[in-house]
Amino acid sequence: MLTPLDRRTLLAGSLALGASGLALPRIALAQASGTRNLLFVLLRGAADGLSMLAPVGDPGLEALRGASLTDYDGAPRIGSFFALHPALAEIGKAAQAGEALFIHAAATAYRERSHFDGQNLLESGGQVPYSAKDGWLNRLVGLMNEAAPDEPLRALAIAPSVPLALRGNAPVSSYAPSSLPDASADFMARVGALYESDAELAGLWARALETRAMAGDDGLRNLRDASANGALVASLMRGERGARIAMIELDGWDTHANQRGGFARQARGLDALLAAYRSGMGDGWRDTMVLVATEFGRTAQLNGTGGTDHGTASAAMVLGGGVRGGRVLADWPGLGASQLYQGRDLAPTIALESVLAGAVAEHLGLDPAQAMARLFPGRSAAPLSGIMHG
Amino acid sequence: MSKASIALNRFGYGLASGQRPPADPVAFLLRQLETFDPAPRPIAARTKTRGKTGEMLQLLRGLRDQMQQMGDPAMNDAGAAAMMAETGADDPRAAALAALPPDYRKKLVEARRVAIDDLAVRVNVAIASPAPMVERLVHFWSNHFSVSVGKPGTQFEVGPHEFTAIRPHVLGRFSDMLKAAVLHPAMLLYLDQFQSTGPGSPFQQRRRRRANPQGGRGGLNENLAREVLELHTLGVGGGYDQGDVTELARALTGWTVPGIGRVGRFAEDQPSGAAFVALAHEPGARKIMGRRYPAGGAEQALAVLDDLATHPATARFIAIKLARHFAGDTPPASLVTRLEADFRTTGGDLASLTRTLIASSEAWVPGPVKFRAPFEWFVAAARLTGIDGLEPRRIARVLNELGQSPWRAPSPAGYDDLAASWAAPDVLLRRSELAERMVQAVPADDVIARADTAFPGTLSDTTRSWLTRAESGRQALALLLVAPEMMRR
Repeated sequence: MLTPLDRRTLLAGSLALGASGLALPRIALAQASGTRNLLFVLLRGAADGLSMLAPVGDPGLEALRGASLTDYDGAPRIGSFFALHPALAEIGKAAQAGEALFIHAAATAYRERSHFDGQNLLESGGQVPYSAKDGWLNRLVGLMNEAAPDEPLRALAIAPSVPLALRGNAPVSSYAPSSLPDASADFMARVGALYESDAELAGLWARALETRAMAGDDGLRNLRDASANGALVASLMRGERGARIAMIELDGWDTHANQRGGFARQARGLDALLAAYRSGMGDGWRDTMVLVATEFGRTAQLNGTGGTDHGTASAAMVLGGGVRGGRVLADWPGLGASQLYQGRDLAPTIALESVLAGAVAEHLGLDPAQAMARLFPGRSAAPLSGIMHG
Repeated sequence: MSKASIALNRFGYGLASGQRPPADPVAFLLRQLETFDPAPRPIAARTKTRGKTGEMLQLLRGLRDQMQQMGDPAMNDAGAAAMMAETGADDPRAAALAALPPDYRKKLVEARRVAIDDLAVRVNVAIASPAPMVERLVHFWSNHFSVSVGKPGTQFEVGPHEFTAIRPHVLGRFSDMLKAAVLHPAMLLYLDQFQSTGPGSPFQQRRRRRANPQGGRGGLNENLAREVLELHTLGVGGGYDQGDVTELARALTGWTVPGIGRVGRFAEDQPSGAAFVALAHEPGARKIMGRRYPAGGAEQALAVLDDLATHPATARFIAIKLARHFAGDTPPASLVTRLEADFRTTGGDLASLTRTLIASSEAWVPGPVKFRAPFEWFVAAARLTGIDGLEPRRIARVLNELGQSPWRAPSPAGYDDLAASWAAPDVLLRRSELAERMVQAVPADDVIARADTAFPGTLSDTTRSWLTRAESGRQALALLLVAPEMMRR
């Protein structure tokens, strides 16, 4: 779904790359892929792209998001059009250092609004939910191993079980940290909602939450956990014996109510995790790429409870020492009523699959067309290019 | 609840992952009476006689004697340390363990491991069982004949108590279960029977001749006798008096555990794993509940237990407990009467009792009638999620957190079987926290379809809607684990 050239807005920093960027030739990589690291961060629950990277330059935003926009006063700017959520301060510093690249209004081929199906598609790389049994990251591992069959690379799920994106024929191990940054607050809120029409359980639950509240703030604990987990992931990927490809999942992005606080809490966790990871990788950061993506976006308009419902396009991030960062890649669709997808969601203008395939191909020295065909078969969109420095 | 959901959840431990709900719920339950395996391989592998209990008690006695001789006021501390080491609070336990003499400490650590391994076997057998209703019966009876690891030495025996004294008899005769459970080493230890000796027994007579009036251990202990009458058979108000308690205590003298003390040389091993020491048995005939039992040895207690097992008060007491477990905290009087009549007619045939329960309309009323106790909820959650092969220490920790560790009930009455004891704020919180952890390592696909299969025709619109709105399959599965449909049955 490409929009006409004249509608394209030049965005972000000195350079704007919309679909035109696809035409750039792939730049040969200086280094062999053998030392390169890839971390895929999956934000489960549909992270709100408009909060993550607010298009403050779009005149339509004010009407959709209202008072919550004051949060972005003084927040890190990415170009003149976008402001990064203030809780993503460390990612903002990375962007300033040119090591964080953002892609906006991106979505997979999925156009319905079920988390389960959306995550299935983002992880499997298929075009129809449940059509593929293995994951695109696993196929990427397979592709890398074909080039060096004697030395299969180490792939790792930072989770108690291997998520679909890493499932498949290529060998993958998993490692569970003692405590992943959890979404307990969100889960607890849902349990409360589930009990609402059950007098006995609702009463017990209300009392349980009172007790819990008295037990103290677990926000700080979660933040410490996030930081510790970032450091842990780095320790598992650092050095020659480290995992080359890894994946970590962060739950809790399904912000149907009071998203101003909820999103900030989630973002702080993500920010702390990535900051600790970046610093933990040390010199290895130069050869590292972090991909952050979510299954779909959320409604552009806040709902009646200060949250947003399931939508379509969202934002993605690419971080790393070799990334041509400090920019936003977008073919900005606009936020006017007629510009929203089905009158409610940020419209998708970049295929998320093209972002993922292009990024890993450039980072790992693979042929982009081949990577696209293997990881996300059957797509007509070309892989995105110009993500890495030459 | 639909009939299929009742058969699965009210009678059993819920649907196991990957299975289909029963087409004919009644036939599904009756079939379990045929397919139940009293000694599946994991259990058969755990029931070899261990012979450790005696060693442990000897060590403990040696320890006490040592400290008494030294006039050490710390004796009670050592006893307390040993007890703390049993009961499981983490840091105090480590400290208490460190304070113990090495050989006793080693034995204690071993004992603890054995009990935890046995507990894991119980849990994993229930999770995998093709006859979950009968597993529920096993655990019901195990709680009826409650023993606890709170006493040194018991850890070696609590598992075998359930495996060999309860399991083989859940569909057999109540009298056989009663004799096996009461006269098992675990119970003899737990309720102090192992050191009860007849005041007129040759053992005590010799002791008195040796003129050691303070000579300590020994004499009659009525603990087990009282609980047999009050908790295992007739029930409070079952028509017994203090005289009956004392007479039963006398009849029980001589029943002890093998491998302890000087009397051990004279012990005759019993099928239950216990030992009978004729020298410690009170001579003479006994009169209990109006019946006379001629003088004898080990068989005297067996004869009393046989009669208690079929007493009308026992029939009534068992009928009420069983009905309460399956048909609600305040069970319908008609159901109690029917079960009681069945028990009396058959003389305590537990298979017949179970069939009568299954055939009773009162057990099939549609609304949920019970709040699931923690152990039941945990097994059902494990079956639903498909978790298996859980590591023993993790199982023990989780059940402790949930508030119901088997073989660790606070009193010989076992755990309470009333919602008021379990439906508490903290219980919901703990289950929610655990639910979130449990779903991390299991497949979380098709949760709504799985919910419909596990609670056929029963899932409420509210639950369905919140499962649909979950942000991930994992979250949906965690919500299902704490949904009202999972909490009550």
